[in-house]
Formats: sequence, structure tokens, C-alpha cells
Amino acid sequence: MFATYQYKRFPYVLSPEQASGRIVRHPVVIVGAGPIGLTAALDLGRRGISVVVLDDNDTVSIGSRAVCYAKRPLEIFDRLGCADKLVAKGVSWNVGKVFFGDELRYSFDLLPEDGHKMPAMINLQQYYLEEDLIAAAAKLPNVEFRWKHKVVALRQAEDHATLHVETPDGVFAMEAHWILACDGANSALRDMVGAQFTGQFFQDRFLIADVVMKADFPTERWFWFDPPFHRRQSALLHKQADDVWRIDFQLGWDADPVEEKKPEKVIPRVRAMLGEGVEFELEWASIYQFACRRIDKFRYGRVLFAGDSAHQVSPFGARGANTGVQDIDNLGWKLKLVLDGAAPLALIDSYDEERAYAADDNLRHSTRSTDFISPKSETSRRYRDAVLELAGEHAFARPLVNSGRLSTPTPYVASSLNTPDETPFVGKMAPGANAADAPTLVGGKPGWFLEQIGDGFTLVVFGAPPPVEAVAFGAIAARVRVVGRDFEDSKGLLRERYDAREGAVYLFRPDQYVAARWRAFDAEKIQRAIARALAA
Amino acid sequence: MPLNLQPNIPDPDGFYQELIDSQRDMSAEQAEMMNCKLVLVLANHIGDREVLRAALKAAGGKMG
Repeated sequence: MFATYQYKRFPYVLSPEQASGRIVRHPVVIVGAGPIGLTAALDLGRRGISVVVLDDNDTVSIGSRAVCYAKRPLEIFDRLGCADKLVAKGVSWNVGKVFFGDELRYSFDLLPEDGHKMPAMINLQQYYLEEDLIAAAAKLPNVEFRWKHKVVALRQAEDHATLHVETPDGVFAMEAHWILACDGANSALRDMVGAQFTGQFFQDRFLIADVVMKADFPTERWFWFDPPFHRRQSALLHKQADDVWRIDFQLGWDADPVEEKKPEKVIPRVRAMLGEGVEFELEWASIYQFACRRIDKFRYGRVLFAGDSAHQVSPFGARGANTGVQDIDNLGWKLKLVLDGAAPLALIDSYDEERAYAADDNLRHSTRSTDFISPKSETSRRYRDAVLELAGEHAFARPLVNSGRLSTPTPYVASSLNTPDETPFVGKMAPGANAADAPTLVGGKPGWFLEQIGDGFTLVVFGAPPPVEAVAFGAIAARVRVVGRDFEDSKGLLRERYDAREGAVYLFRPDQYVAARWRAFDAEKIQRAIARALAA
Repeated sequence: MPLNLQPNIPDPDGFYQELIDSQRDMSAEQAEMMNCKLVLVLANHIGDREVLRAALKAAGGKMG
């Protein structure tokens, strides 16, 4: 059925611990080898933690599934050393068009700000992302993949948890200091810990079809409300790699999910959309319905939830995988420092504080988009249609059109890890914000700011070098990088984005978020800010 | 400026007639669509979220 993609199978291997019956306690076991589990394997692996990844299957995502990757997740993949290939393979796009009936009513441009290494958004089939992440993680000696391993039971203890895992060779037990539950929206681990997973279910069904065609459609996101080829519902057309196009059709609640997935039902819908004479091949089709809900706590004892197991959103806005990758960005360094004894357990709890806050922000956006796209009453549909009719003629109505607000990172504005500003700064780089990129010159060669701050605590000093090369708190040393000495702010964008007059100092966390900033270098204040960012 | 709930429309009878006349030849459905548009147009003109919230409440809306 797949003309453009060959699914690799990963071999099941009987592990020595199952063969011997000897129980081994691992630092971290990751359950689920989807985009989130794989990002975790790569991040933790690169931080030097031994990880075992369990997956109940033995291949990558079937079908394109999560196809839009936004700038921040791409920056994270860049930190993990695998963004270039994703960006080269993916399709970059900026323009979105919204049609009502057969008329164009609104168009937007993501208008990416200049001077960032990563594009605003790429479209790429999920299987390509997973393939790249697996290849990158498999190169690390401390990352082990175990395919056809299904968790069937969990038992928690004070300082570890025990998993019972089923393989083709039977059931065996393994222990872990920490378990990352990246096992998706239907997470079995979530049931095993007895967590609540509550929110809003939407009574609507959508058909996704991946279609291969050589078409002249521009590389834009096209969204239709009530199009002539699919009355009373919405539709979406989006380009992916290999001339594969993603098409979504809203079907309504009464649609039969089994019937609607059949090629004889799907193909006529696609033909009606594309018009006669456009040759295409149907590659994959799936029916989904969705909910907007989240887990009550991201941590249950020794089990940490990330990605769809912790929060499920509607697909409008590409907030699923993009948010999940950022969960791991937040968790990876915290887990490393706690495992090393360099930070207290409270640092792990800040994962729940910060990412539950981000999840709520995402859920709010996602729910609002869904209310616009899939109105729950005739009156709300009428308001929606009124907005769309007005948007063609009147500028004021265009910002009300909501065909999905595309994923952007949520700043942790109220996080307990932030050190509040003592003096005013302008711009967006407040404590709790993710660092904005900017072009730099390093040894005369062009580079990027985010590469300079890397993946550890980092102090960036604007102006005269301070008397020290690092500021330490306990086992943690924040290394000093001086703008103008270690690298150049080649376009002046760094100073502009950080409101960095002479003497300004920024403290970045290992996930490239701003922890604190000052107008002058003061080692004692920096130490206190590091302590605070460690929840110490 | 807080929401003005005191008389503010000059020639109230004239305005009321204009409002009714503007929908005289419409079906109920057309009129409802126009009402939605009218709410949106006026809301944008007001702009102030506090005033809009007070207006939703004054009209009997359920406020969270």
C-alpha cells in the first residue's frame, strides 16, 4: 500500500536479564518508542544516562500521523544533533489559506523572523522522524532498544519501580529508578498508576488520507470551511515529503469509522476535492476522533508521564508531538541532575509544575480551535460562519478566524525555578522564556546563538569579561560565554532580542530557558539563581 | 469607560424602526445570521474587553 516508504522491522532480541532470570535495576526505562520516547532516549543518552527503551511493536509509526514540526522542537532536535536531516527532508512552509465555500476568505503568513537557524514549521511524516531518532540513539552505547516488549504490570517502591514485561519468550521483571511513560494517549501505565485523565471529548470524527500526487498546488496550508466538495464540514490539504499530501476531512459524529476508512469511500472524497484529471494514489487512511484532556499529575512515584500519555489535544495547531518533545526538553536535564545527586527530588516536581502549565496553555488553544472548527450548536456555527463571511471584506474579522493556532512554546512565567528581574528589561526574554536564537560568528565562521549555550547551565555576558570562567553551586558549574570574546553578535540581533546593554548577564538552564538576568555580573546572585533553578 | 446602560441613542424610535426595517424582508435564518454579524461588528468597535464582558453579562449571558 505504501508507494513511498518501506517499513523497517527491528529485530526482537531475548535480553540477557530475561534469559538469566536475574533482575536488573536500570537508571531509566522508557516505555514507548514514538517521537517522545525516542527524543527522551536521545536526550538522556547524550546526557550519559543508561536507558532501556521498551516498545510493544517492532517498527516506526504506521502512516504519517504527526506531520508538522515547529521551530522550538526543531531547535531541540538540533541540540540533539539531528535537525539538519529533518529540515532537509521536510517541507518548509509559511503561508496558510482559509476558504469558506469556494472563496478565499483569509490568508496568513507565519512570517518567520529573520536570524533563526530553524524554520517556523516543517511538514514531515512521523515515520521519517522516528527513523532518524532511532538511528541517532542507536549510535549511543548507553541506549538499548528492546522491541516486542510490552509492559503488563507495575509495582512501585520508595526509590524504584518494578515492571513486568511480556515478550515472545514470556514475562519477566525489570526494575528502574525512573520510568518514563511515553506510551501514548491510551497509556497502559497511566491506568496502572490509577491516574485521572480528564477533559473534554468532542463528538466529531475526522478522516486523514495520505495521497501521493505530482500536483501544482503551492506548498501552503489550505483549510476549507464548508467547501463545495464536502458540504457542511471542513477539509485540510498539506504537503509532506516525497510528494505525499495529507488531506483531512471532517466527517461528523454519525460517520461510520469502519466504512469511511475503506478506499472505495475515501477515493471519491479525494477526487471531489482535487478535481477530475488529477492523478493520485491513496497511500494510507485513518479515522480519528479526539479529546482535549490531561493527566492530573505528571509524576506518580517513580513514573513520569510525557507526551500524549500526559496530555491529549486536538490536531488543530500541531500541538501534540510538538508539546511532547518539549516535555522531554524540560525533563531530561532534571532527571540527569537528580540521578547524579546534584539536585534534590524537588527538581523533578518542577517538571510537573512547568509542563502541566504548558499543557493547560496548549489545551486552551486547542479547545478554542476545536470550538471554531467543529461548533457544538447551531448558534455557535452561525457565529463561526458570520466571522468567515465578514473576514473576506473586513480586516477586523480575520484575527477571529481560527483554523488552528500553530504551536509555539509556552513561557514558564510563574515557575518557581525563575529568579525574578531586579531591574527592568524590554522584550520577550524574561525568566521562564525559551532562548531566542540569533546569528553569531565563531572564529570568523557563521554560527548560531543556541549552539553557543548548548545543553548545560550557561552564563552569557555582554561586555567586559568577568574575572571567572564559571560560577559553581554545589556540583553544578555554569560556564561563562562572553559576547565579543567567545563569539560575535554578527548582526546585532542578539543584543536587540535580549535588551542587552553593556554588562548584561543571562543565566540559561540546560534546556535553553532563561533562569535569571541582571544588568551586571555578581557571582553571589548568580549562585543563588542556580540554586533556585535546581530547586535547591 | 464602563459599559453605558443609560439612554445613549438619539431618536430612539427612529433607530428601532431602522433596526426592524433592516431585517424586514429576511427569513428568520437570514436575520439570525445578520444578528451574529451585527454583534461581531459592534463588539469590534467597542474593543474594550471589560466593557464587552459587562455587555455579555447585561444581556443575560452566563459568565465563567
